[in-house]
This record gives sequence, structure tokens and C-alpha cells, in this order.
Amino acid sequence: MEIDWKSYEPGEFYDEMISSPGNPRLASRSVANYLQRLSAKQLGRRQNAADLSIAEMGVTFTVYSEGENIDRTWPFDIIPRIIPQKEWSHIEEGLTQRMTALNMFIHDLYNDQNIIKDGVIPRELITGSKSFLPQCIGASPRYNVWAHICGSDLVRDKDGVVYVLEDNLRVPSGVSYMIENRGITKRVFPELFRKHRIQPVDDYPAHLFDMLASLSPRPLDYPEIVVMTPGIYNSAYFEHSYLAQQMGAELVEGSDLVVGADDCVYMKTIDGLQLVDVIYRRVNDEFIDPEVFQKDSLLGVPGLMRAWRAGNVALANAPGAGVADDKVVYTYVPEIIKYYLDQDPIIPNVPSYRCDDEQQRDYVLANLASLVVKPANESGGYGMLVGPHSTAAERSKFAKLIKRNPRNYIAQPTLSLSTAPTICGQHVEPRHLDLRPFILQSDRTYVTAGGLTRVALRKGSLVVNSSQGGGSKDTWIVDTGGK
Amino acid sequence: MLSRVAERLYWTARYLERAENTARLVRVFSYMMLDLPSGVGTNWRQLIDISGAPEQYDKKYRTSGERNVIKFMLIDPENPGSLFSSLSAARENVRTTRDLVPSEGWEHVNELFLFAKKKLAGKTLAKDRYEFLSEIIMRCQQITGLLAGTMSHGPAYQFVRIGRNLERADMTSRLVDVGSATIIAPGVELERLENRLWTYVLRSLSAHQMYRQYVRRRVLPERVLAFLLQDMEFPRSIAHALGEIGSCVDKKLPHNDEPLRAVLRLQRIIADANMEKLHNEGLHEFIDQFQLELANLHQLISATWFSLELEKAV
Repeated sequence: MEIDWKSYEPGEFYDEMISSPGNPRLASRSVANYLQRLSAKQLGRRQNAADLSIAEMGVTFTVYSEGENIDRTWPFDIIPRIIPQKEWSHIEEGLTQRMTALNMFIHDLYNDQNIIKDGVIPRELITGSKSFLPQCIGASPRYNVWAHICGSDLVRDKDGVVYVLEDNLRVPSGVSYMIENRGITKRVFPELFRKHRIQPVDDYPAHLFDMLASLSPRPLDYPEIVVMTPGIYNSAYFEHSYLAQQMGAELVEGSDLVVGADDCVYMKTIDGLQLVDVIYRRVNDEFIDPEVFQKDSLLGVPGLMRAWRAGNVALANAPGAGVADDKVVYTYVPEIIKYYLDQDPIIPNVPSYRCDDEQQRDYVLANLASLVVKPANESGGYGMLVGPHSTAAERSKFAKLIKRNPRNYIAQPTLSLSTAPTICGQHVEPRHLDLRPFILQSDRTYVTAGGLTRVALRKGSLVVNSSQGGGSKDTWIVDTGGK
Repeated sequence: MLSRVAERLYWTARYLERAENTARLVRVFSYMMLDLPSGVGTNWRQLIDISGAPEQYDKKYRTSGERNVIKFMLIDPENPGSLFSSLSAARENVRTTRDLVPSEGWEHVNELFLFAKKKLAGKTLAKDRYEFLSEIIMRCQQITGLLAGTMSHGPAYQFVRIGRNLERADMTSRLVDVGSATIIAPGVELERLENRLWTYVLRSLSAHQMYRQYVRRRVLPERVLAFLLQDMEFPRSIAHALGEIGSCVDKKLPHNDEPLRAVLRLQRIIADANMEKLHNEGLHEFIDQFQLELANLHQLISATWFSLELEKAV
């Protein structure tokens, strides 16, 4: 395999690296030229080196259905995805704006509900949402911030415009892959790092630690921070342990924690019980406290909500924050930004149709074959209808689902996700991708430089999820000079 | 430090040590089978007896030839003591304590597991068994060294040390047991063969050279026994392993009363034993007793730091 950009055909899509056969984009030019100079053998050797270091580092993720083989190496493509610094600064601003507004929105929903009283958001939308937790009404987390860690999925359409596809405000994952991917590229292409000004990404755990520490209810002491995981069989366990390790925090499971008679949270240690200040929990809302939510949950800690409401422990993200990543609420984000900040959104939403609006619903039902239909409360690409790839039977099934429960569905035009050159067997071919940057928010905001680029490895596929045959790439924010 | 994590670190070290010892055992036994004249009474079956799982072996295998025994000892995933099972359990335990073990530690354990898995894919390694086992031993030692050299010697590391030394004391006692009753069948040249056997026992623990340097006598059974049981300085002797456990428990860990008492009792049992008498009779029973006490020490460690049972009971 040797790369010749002249025979690389991006077609009708926007390609991140090559604008038309033989013509790399400015920020990618020197990397593209460098790759073209490598012989087939050299290129193969570097992909092998990457695969080897992945296997050795144990970068693995779990898929529930795989039975005894709980490890499966996540495919990594060595050709980086490059974004110019100038464009990135703009995106960073947009994400900060979006998170600020969303946190104000969540706090408002659980307290004064002004946005509902002012008629911007229909009351039924919130009260009918599975993710709105009445148990959180009246709570006031520090800085009034509820979603401390967010992963927003960005996509670029044919026209080159970047859109927010969705916000993940519950327990977003993938940040550890972003960091390890960089580690691998540094091993594979050390010479490129000498030549380019590439923004580092490995300071994320330090920022995460500082953000979590700022939430401590006992700000004068050195904070005891723990990462709470559902355990080894969770698909993101690798990441939980990785982040705990990088932050020097304890990695705990529900059974390691108890809530005392004083409504404080303690962990069981070899020295006996020890007070906990901040819990970065990677367990979903419904499982965190069997006293309040799922009664049979073994993953949670009985009394945790009591301790949180009493202000004796900080939870990140706060319970109930998921109300703002409901897909129907998503369609209101431009209005939400306008309402709280009196600004227009810097990054646009993907145009969306709400099925609970009669007119829009009729349009959706008439055009199912060209739209993507999404349920309000699923993630990981499950429960979706991708119109152009669907059968008549699937479409009629979805038509029924929508009519039965319109509140639960939105629809969007099928986007032509941008592509980037990806090594596929003996060739380099365009593959569709998205980008998940991570945003940290407490009294200040931090956005990762780039994020996790996910690639749909199957030809023509638009599904990038790791659980459904996706892979990943390193993402470079490159300073090409100028402003 | 979390109780659950302490427990997993302890087991990581035990499984790694068990893997190394199993490799040592199979390596020396394979050589011994080549060397000893037939009719001495040694056979592959003894390897199963030493490993302490004859019932389990008999459930699955009908004959005790080299192929089956090697398969059971190295590959069989259903034998929790097989080399493969030990490495996979060690890996699983480090995987779940990655936040406390230096990342190279995890990477090495993972590589070691992948290496063994690839090499052992259905093969009993008749040809390159020696090289394979030596590589396993070397890599286990490397991990032990890596942890010693890069992990802070705080409580987390103490549980690694305790696990390693408890497992080591256990395996050394098993090897000594081999040298005792089971092997020698009555016959000619008894004394010469017996000495050769004890030489193998020493070799299996990499102890032959140290024995020659420190004991300065040819290989005599009661001297070998004293060296492997009571020598304070040889790192694979029982007395040394107990000393290591004692120093971890005594100086570095909280609420250590009960476990410490158990260690002291074990040390006394070993120190008071008369090797000449034991060599003539009762060695096997003595080892049995010792292993029971060792199991009891494990129970106390677990109750004190892992399940917090002792704290509740007191």
C-alpha cells in the first residue's frame, strides 16, 4: 500500500484532509505530503506498531454480549484528523456558550422554572421527560452547575459547516481514548511532532482533578475525590480506571461506599472508614441510590441522594442533569441560549423536527425514507431509524411508534458526514467521522483541544459508535499561523 | 487504601508468584525425568500431587502421562492452578487495580499473559518447553522487580509483598514435600539418588548455587531442609518469606494484632523444627501442619483488611 492523493476520491462529501484529488487542505498539507513519501512497507510497519502498542497498553472496551471475550481491541487508524487552530477557537467559544446556557437551564428547571413560566419551553416537555428527576427539585449544587463534564458530538456536513449533533450530559465516555490515541501517534510518528505545533491533550486529567476539587463541600481540606464505576463489566471500565489512575483518585464501586448516620459518605479502607468529598460517578442516575431510584440496584450506595442533598458530598455530574440531553430538549437549545444569554448560538444545531408538533409530525411521517428518526432518551446509536438505509417494514414500524408516542421522537435530515483518509486493508479510502470534544465546567470552563474523532470503518456507513463497528483517530489542532 | 483494592493487589502478587513457581516446578521436573534412571519411582503423576489438586485431575484425565500432566499444569483453564489460569487471574486483578499499579506494571502483566496465551495455544511444547518456561520465570521476576523499583512502598505495595511471600512459602513447602516421602522408592544406590533428588529440589528454587556458597557442604538432605526452611537470608526459604510478611504486617499496616500473632507462631514452628529428626520421619506431617497454619494466616489477613470482619467482631 502506498498513498497517492491523486487517486484519492472524496466524492460529494467534505473531506477533512483532501479537498479534491491531489489537493490537501492547508493545515493538512505537510502531513499529507509526508504520508505520500512513505513506502508501502514503512506505512504498514507504522500501522503494525500502533496495533501492537494498543494491544500492549490494553486499550480495550467491553461489549456486553461478547460472553467470555470481554476484551476487544478498539481499531485505531494512524492517519490523524487535522483541524486548524483558528477554526477550533471558534468551536471552543461555541461549546463554552452552549454549556453555560445548558447549566443555567438545568438549574432553572429544578428551581424557579422561569423558562417554563415565560412560555419558552412547554411544561409537558419537562414533566413528561424520563430524565427529569423530581427528587432533585430545590437542590443547589455549588456554582449552580449541574453538568460538570459534557461530551458534545459535532459533525460537519457537505457544506463544511460544523453542527452540534447531540450533547451528552450524563456519563459521557471516550476521553481516555483521546489521550491514549495521542500517545500512540507520538510513538508512531515522532518526527511529525517536531515539525508541527500541535496542541497537547494530555493535561485533561489535571483539569478534571481541579474541576472536581473545586466542588468539594470542605474547601479548606485536601479533597478526597473518588471515581465511582459500575465495575469491570461496564463498557467504559478501562476509562474509569485510567482517569482514577491519572488523577491519583480512588476508583470505587458502590459496595466500597457507605452513608453514615451523619449523612456523610465514607469509603471502606484498610484503616477503617474514610470521609469522601467529591464523587465523579460513572454510574447512571437510576442506579446510584437504591433508596430513591432502582430498588434492586447493587451498583449504587443507599443514602447517597440524602448525603448529596444535605450538601455533604458533591456528585459530578449532578443527578438529574440528563434532563438537558433529551433529544427533544435538544431541539430547543437555540432558544435556551437566547433566553439565558441573549445571544445567538455560535455553533448551530442540526435542523430538527419535533414529532409532538402536528405539522412537523406530518412532514416526518411523509418523509421517513429521507430522515433520521431518533428516540428522545437513547444513546449509543440504539433505537434509531436511518431512513435512506431502511426497509419499508422498518419505516412502518417507526411510523407506528411515532404516532403512539410523538413526544419520544425527533427527526433530522440525513447529514452527509465529512470524511477523512483512513487505511482500509491495502488502500487509503475516505471514511465518515464525527468529533466528541469534552467540556468541563464549574466556576470556569475548559474545552479539550480537539477531542475524540470516531470513524465509521465500514464503507459508506455513518455509524461511528464503538459498540457498532466504529474506530478512532487522533485529532490534531494545528496552529498554521495567522488569525 | 480501599479494602477491595488491597485484596486484589494481594491476589495479583499471589497469582504471579504461583505462575512463576509452576513454571519452575515443571521446568525442573521435565529435566529430572530425563536424568533419573527409570525404576527409581519418579513419574509425572508426582507433579500433580505436589500441585495439590489430584482430585481435580482425576475427574478429567484417566492417565498420568507427560502430555496430560503438562496440559493440566500449564494450559488447562479449568485448573485454577495452571500456569495459564494463574496468569489470567493475575491479569484480571491488575486490570481492576490499574489506578494503584504503575502503568508499566499493567502493561507487562498484560504482555506476559498475551505471550503465554499465544505460546500455549493447544501445545504442550515438547521441544521448546525449557525456553518457554525460562521466559515466563524471567518475565515474572521482571514484574516483581518493576513493582519493587517503581511502586511506592506504602500499604499498597505491602499487600503485594505479603501475597508474594505467602505464596512463596507455600510453594517452597510443597517442593520440600516432594523431596520427602513421595519420591524415594526403596532400591539400590538410595543415598546417591536421594542426593540427586535434593539437588533438583534446590535447583527448582534457584537455590543450588546459594546452598553451595552458604552451607559449604555437599548436598545432604537434612542440610537442604535446614537451608530451605530456616535460612534467614535466602529469599525463597520459608523463614525468609515469613520474615518479609512479618515486617510488612508489623511496621506498615494498621490493626495488625491478629495477623502478626499468626506470623510469629509460624516463625516459631519453623525455627523450633529439628531437621535431622524430620528427615528421618514426620516431614510430610510437619509440612501438612505448616500449610494449615499458613491458610489460617491468610484467613486472618482477609478478615482484618479485606472484609473488615475482625473490626466488626472486636
